[in-house]
Amino acid sequence: MSTTAETIDAISTGYKWGFETDIEMDLAPKGLNEDIVRLISARKNEPDWLLEYRLKAFAAWQKMEEPDWARVAHPPIDYQDLHYYAAPKKKDGPKSLDEVDPELLKMYEKLGIPLKERAVLAGVVDDRPQIAVDAVFDSVSVATTYREALSKVGVIFCPISEAVRDHPDLVQQYLGSVVPVADNYFSALNAAVFTDGSFCYIPKGVRCPMELSTYFRINARNTGQFERTLIVAEAGAHVSYLEGCTAPQRDENQLHAAVVELIAMDDATIKYSTVQNWYPGDENGKGGIYNFVTKRGVCRGARSKISWTQVETGSAITWKYPSCVLIGEDSVGEFYSVAVTTHHQQADTGTKMIHIGKGSTSTIVSKGISAGKSNNTYRGLVRMLPSADGARNHTQCDSLLIGDTCGAHTVPYIESRNPSARVEHEATTSKIDEEKLFYCRQRGLTEEDAVNLIVNGFCKEVLKELPMEFAVEAQKLLAVSLEGSVG
Amino acid sequence: MLEIRGLTASIGEKPILKGIDLTVPDGEVHAIMGPNGAGKSTLGYVLSGRDDYTVTGGSVVYNGVDLLDMAPEQRAAAGVFLAFQAPIELPGVNNANFLRTALNAIRRAHGESELDAVQFLKLARIETKRLAMPDDMLKRNVNVGFSGGEKKRNEVLQMALLRPSLAILDETDSGLDIDALRIVADGVNALRAPTFSALVITHHQRLLDRLVPNRVHVLAHGRIVRSGGPELARELEKNGYADLLAEAA
Ligand SMILES: Nc1ncnc2c1ncn2[C@@H]1O[C@H](COP(=O)(O)OP(=O)(O)O)[C@@H](O)[C@H]1O
Ligand SMILES: [Mg+2]
Repeated sequence: MSTTAETIDAISTGYKWGFETDIEMDLAPKGLNEDIVRLISARKNEPDWLLEYRLKAFAAWQKMEEPDWARVAHPPIDYQDLHYYAAPKKKDGPKSLDEVDPELLKMYEKLGIPLKERAVLAGVVDDRPQIAVDAVFDSVSVATTYREALSKVGVIFCPISEAVRDHPDLVQQYLGSVVPVADNYFSALNAAVFTDGSFCYIPKGVRCPMELSTYFRINARNTGQFERTLIVAEAGAHVSYLEGCTAPQRDENQLHAAVVELIAMDDATIKYSTVQNWYPGDENGKGGIYNFVTKRGVCRGARSKISWTQVETGSAITWKYPSCVLIGEDSVGEFYSVAVTTHHQQADTGTKMIHIGKGSTSTIVSKGISAGKSNNTYRGLVRMLPSADGARNHTQCDSLLIGDTCGAHTVPYIESRNPSARVEHEATTSKIDEEKLFYCRQRGLTEEDAVNLIVNGFCKEVLKELPMEFAVEAQKLLAVSLEGSVG
Repeated sequence: MLEIRGLTASIGEKPILKGIDLTVPDGEVHAIMGPNGAGKSTLGYVLSGRDDYTVTGGSVVYNGVDLLDMAPEQRAAAGVFLAFQAPIELPGVNNANFLRTALNAIRRAHGESELDAVQFLKLARIETKRLAMPDDMLKRNVNVGFSGGEKKRNEVLQMALLRPSLAILDETDSGLDIDALRIVADGVNALRAPTFSALVITHHQRLLDRLVPNRVHVLAHGRIVRSGGPELARELEKNGYADLLAEAA
């Protein structure tokens, strides 16, 4: 295995996470039909209500059509040519970290994901922040750390398949409550075949004592990844959740269609940060992940707040609009995004802010960076419903172009049905051109340093929203993604 | 020592520099004057390595090395600094951060240790004070929203911090009031040393009064048409370029 990994690293076009892990897999046969849906449900020993939920979703999906309104183009996806279930072979899920396959632990180590809990040693001050991690490998969660520490304060953080077993009432109450089964083509597909993901429940008044994080890794060939994340913050609860993802470098395209649902009650805050680094394909546009994701949060309670921060550097295609439904009075929705496209990547991403509650406010800061022959589209909707008295939105939408062969597009939709609501939209486009680069180089900076400096300056407002450690990672990732994009 | 021999350069197909010969010994300050469109800025760009200018002939040797073979950042590391006639704006890039990155790049190239943010700010504050610049100039984005005069002063600040051994100032004094003009002159004078030399492109005697150049050269139509001592500048101020150009034609 190590030789394969090293070869792949050596020929890598700058994607440092492109290695494969050799692990014995339990693979469902290719194809999608009712039997496969039943098989997934059976493999996971699911209760009847969940099987029914899946079958309903599958029936809905069969009647739906792939959306075509986004500014992305790809050959038709053959949904019958994929495996819908892939899990490392193991009779039961690992009970503790010691039972996790060492190959897997090694892989996560290589990716820099801390799957070890740091022991608190007497007298030793360790001020690095603790982060609880749920690691999802292909279709299943392989390890979740710090569960005991979290359960002491009543926080539930576990694979969603486990939550279905141990906390069925909670899951049944909230699953699909934000993103209904037939919301869109990809969410319906996800509801039918989702295999794992994370479940977080923060009880009333609890401030989650550490960052929660899920790390997604697609490894198996010809496998779709369909994870499902559900986060519920009860009244007055606070949680910060991080999501990271990578995939091996392969010539074929792989499908990823996740659904994330967030629910915030009165005075609750959910901060959801993503560093998306799926394999983007090579410089000729071969391979890469098709990323069709539905993320939505509902601010149900008064003064509740949901904040999405995303740094999107990966995927051949990104189709993703993390949204907030602002029902609670004075509730707050935020969307901070950096989307980078290079080579032949296509990103169509943005947000929806649906204002229902009185005095609800939302902020959108979108930074699109395009290089190479890529296309980067911001698509955003701000909707003020008649009930949204005094609601406000501010949107700032900036594009940065590197070179002359890429595209940046801004598509804002504004619908206001309440005259007291205020919507502001600002947009700018700038370019890293020869003049700017020469000025920097004359002062001694290399072209690469110059690009990083300008790009980091451009993204500053968004990066500062990320938890500290993640911000540093994201900055490095931006630098790696844009390596060689000028000249 | 800077030695320019038979330098010709064009933009696209258009020849701009048509054979420049110029020697600037170490420790000297030379002024370049000449009518608009003569090729003065082009000379500055060619010496500092801007891509869109094609060198079609001649040589530029600085301290024994061929500058024309080097990338712009290598020339900067070799001590070349160009104060731009029209400084470039870098939106989102904090001025202090930019200056520190530049200074550290040059220090790295010289095998010196890099400065952290605190060390750098200490140094930068000394220079801003000396140049009578408001401190907040360090906090703002590079040249964004700067007045014309502020941009020029920012160039002088960069020069003061980067401490080049060959400074090329391209009309850094244009559009400045008397106080700002003194700042530019003081900026150059502060760097004066036996190992420092400068090419100062200017239209104004009042700057040269403060700088007292060793030589004055007149550049017209892509050539140096006349060279002389400081008195040449005073003569030009009185009579303009017309006689000279007629003579050269
Ligand atoms: N980017 C450019 N493209 C075409 N011609 C240019 C360009 N820049 C300068 N020139 C021309 O080159 C000549 C010299 O310009 P410049 O070096 O800026 O003169 P100066 O600084 O002496 O006023 C002028 O005729 C000018 O029009
Ligand atoms: Mg000029």
